[in-house]
Amino acid sequence: MNERNHVLKVGIADLKIAKSTEVLRTSGLGSCVGIVIYDLSMKLAGMVHVMLPDSTLSKRESFNALKYADTAIAILYNSLLDNGARKCFLKAKIAGGAQMFSFSSNSDMLSIGNRNVEAVLSLLKQYKIPLISSDVGGNSGRTIEFYPESGILKIKTVNLGVFEI
Amino acid sequence: MTNIHHLTSYQLDILKEIGNIGSGNAATALSKLLDCRVDMKVPAVRLLSFDDTMEMVGGPDEIIVSVFLRIQGEAPGSMFFVLSPYQAELFVQQITGNSDLSFKGPPYDEIALSALHEIGNILSGSYLSALSDFTSINMQPSVPDLHIDMAGAILTQGLMEISRESDFAIIIDTTINDQDSDNETIEGHFFLLPDPESFEKIFTALGLDDQ
Repeated sequence: MNERNHVLKVGIADLKIAKSTEVLRTSGLGSCVGIVIYDLSMKLAGMVHVMLPDSTLSKRESFNALKYADTAIAILYNSLLDNGARKCFLKAKIAGGAQMFSFSSNSDMLSIGNRNVEAVLSLLKQYKIPLISSDVGGNSGRTIEFYPESGILKIKTVNLGVFEI
Repeated sequence: MTNIHHLTSYQLDILKEIGNIGSGNAATALSKLLDCRVDMKVPAVRLLSFDDTMEMVGGPDEIIVSVFLRIQGEAPGSMFFVLSPYQAELFVQQITGNSDLSFKGPPYDEIALSALHEIGNILSGSYLSALSDFTSINMQPSVPDLHIDMAGAILTQGLMEISRESDFAIIIDTTINDQDSDNETIEGHFFLLPDPESFEKIFTALGLDDQ
């Protein structure tokens, strides 16, 4: 994938904002979801890598807000606006939410991929951010790169190689 | 509640001993399977952030071969047996005696996958049964799942339960490798990730009262 431009790595439960020729990358998404919200007219984009659908799942009072879809999207939305993005131009692309493991188990933590995607979709609706494209579900890991300049999201999987959405 | 950030050196020793007993038993099973000597390294107990967990096997993008199982029962947790694709290839070739089997790229050979699944099953099963006997804690492994994919995608599955509590995971890491001088050595990692609530159970079961 991209080696030329300045790449900002987004870790697990992490948020990065990028402009113009910079590239946002998050690696090894399984059931986690990579959410990109961008304003193409400003060539401005932000990416979060969330693990769990809802902050009510937290067993602690204080937690890393970027771990949960609901709190992470709120932070992402606000930091984009702080950086000058305009509400009505915001668009989103998402990838991830795979069902990595096939066995059934009492722990519903293992079907978390679907729940993550559902949560993200309903949150985007709530914020009135149109979802332009997505590559979710399946059962393989993804590495994704977003280019704020073109609005392209590149996805790499082990089985399918690299493609763009 | 045991605070995983402040484990005493005695508690850490107990976790190391758990890794020792589990992988010792798995090493014996592997030794019988391969009919050669199998060595193991001193277990390491690590407290890692989620991103650092991925770095342990070469980064979230690294392709790994992993057998994953969830442990259910009194002390739930996750367990991985991890190999590099190259190591997995050597492993399967030695066991089946078929040197054509490869894990270079998909689609993978059915026989190779099946053999690997079974090896993972035997090894992780012997690890867990030793652990269960030693601690007298009832542990039921799920059916193991074999994956060849990015480390990030695989290992985060073991972090899900933990992530509701904390941003760090305690990982009991043990390495076994065969010492057959004719061939290249095969090295496999066991990662045991107890869920946060399990630490207290483990310590209590081994006679260490939590203050």
